[in-house]
Amino acid sequence: MKRVLTGNYAAAYGATAAKVNVVAAYPITPQTTIVEILSEIVANGELNAEFIKVESEHSALAACIGAQSAGARTYTATSSQGLALMHELIHWTARARLPIVMTNVNRALGPGWSIWADATDSVSQRDTGWMQVYCENNQEVYDTTLMAYKISEHADILLPTLVNLDAFFLSHTSQVVDMIDQDRVDAFLPTYAPEYKLDIDNPRSFGSLTSPDHYYEFSYKMHKAHEAAKQIIPEVHAQFAKEFGREYGMTESYRCDDAEYLLVTYGTIAGTTMDAVDRMRDKGIKAGALKIRYFRPFPSEEVRSILKNAIKVGVIDRMISFGHEGAFFTETKAAMYGETVPLYGFIAGLGGRDVSIKDIESMVDKMQAEDPSNLIWIGVKE
Amino acid sequence: MTKKDDQKPIVFEGASDMPPMSASQGSMSVNKTASWRSIRPIIHEEKCKSCMICWKFCPEPAIFPTSPPTINYDYCKGCGICIEECPFDAITSEKEGK
Repeated sequence: MKRVLTGNYAAAYGATAAKVNVVAAYPITPQTTIVEILSEIVANGELNAEFIKVESEHSALAACIGAQSAGARTYTATSSQGLALMHELIHWTARARLPIVMTNVNRALGPGWSIWADATDSVSQRDTGWMQVYCENNQEVYDTTLMAYKISEHADILLPTLVNLDAFFLSHTSQVVDMIDQDRVDAFLPTYAPEYKLDIDNPRSFGSLTSPDHYYEFSYKMHKAHEAAKQIIPEVHAQFAKEFGREYGMTESYRCDDAEYLLVTYGTIAGTTMDAVDRMRDKGIKAGALKIRYFRPFPSEEVRSILKNAIKVGVIDRMISFGHEGAFFTETKAAMYGETVPLYGFIAGLGGRDVSIKDIESMVDKMQAEDPSNLIWIGVKE
Repeated sequence: MTKKDDQKPIVFEGASDMPPMSASQGSMSVNKTASWRSIRPIIHEEKCKSCMICWKFCPEPAIFPTSPPTINYDYCKGCGICIEECPFDAITSEKEGK
């Protein structure tokens, strides 16, 4: 059934289709409408779930951790400062190997107080052990939410997923979303049945004191799970494409095959970049776009194989790791270690500043210049 | 780390033996946790009225509600709360290792 939905509603309906048992969330702009519609869906009886009202984001994720530990499928959503407040429990979720799915509406961190798009919030959670996906449109938000449960709950993975969408550009923008019939979702995503859970008939203690004899191996196993995810994610994508006809990858390449100038990016900027690529192609510039969907696990091999034949590569980040460069730029360079293609980092669109097709065309101009600097700020009013 | 089945501590050979997360079963039945006790509480039967106040206050819980109550010295940390709370002065302390 096709409906016109905002990105936030697409996320909420994705969680509803996943038949989550528990929702615990605290409202924060621009995520608020996710919580609003979910509370309505639960109150109307359209979703048989416990909706837990909490006093903070820290408590929201804590409630999900408790419920998920007891064998429930849970969902929460947040943004920016809210995600930052959850930080301690974001680590806990992953180390407890709880396959919680959380939507994060990418929003800048204050001060200056900003409610607009910026990926600093989610990138700041990079080393927690969560898988991270960045969405370009509302259909992708809906589909990714569904697939995230299947991927996270896979017995060889058992890791939580953060599904990211850009503030306002997606969260409050309406697009046509093809929603999947419930019986077909149920066939794709069976009931959550974890091997390890809180159970009074089979008691266990979880998260207890862990000596250096074991902590190291738990960390090793988490990393192995991320490596396994790199194999399993494409399998789930293939199954989804077979069932529902929409194809996804850990990355998405657009006109990359013969591209000389390749632009790597994520989120909504990816869509603009693809349009810019068309324009540049019309002008005879062999441009291409590579959209990164999965930031963790990072698809290094895939990125390398797509980028290695380009003449120049630019990476566009809607965030900055102060004192260094954009995080996706860092990862892309690491993936390209040993290759000779020059790479350039572009910082653009911080705090929700528009990134236009012209801006993206200017990046290729700058890469073509004789001696471009390695990190280029786009549109700074100096 | 222990398995519930045999109640014996298991030494993991490697990551492949381990659950994905820190999850143990029955570990407290083999992991004695009283090695650092410096003061040993002693219940004196002649003064004890079996009121169970010590059982209620023991934070471990290392006191079992028998009559009179009994202290499990495998888990008692010697915090002395039972000694402090007993209204009949039926529990006294003894220095460990004397």
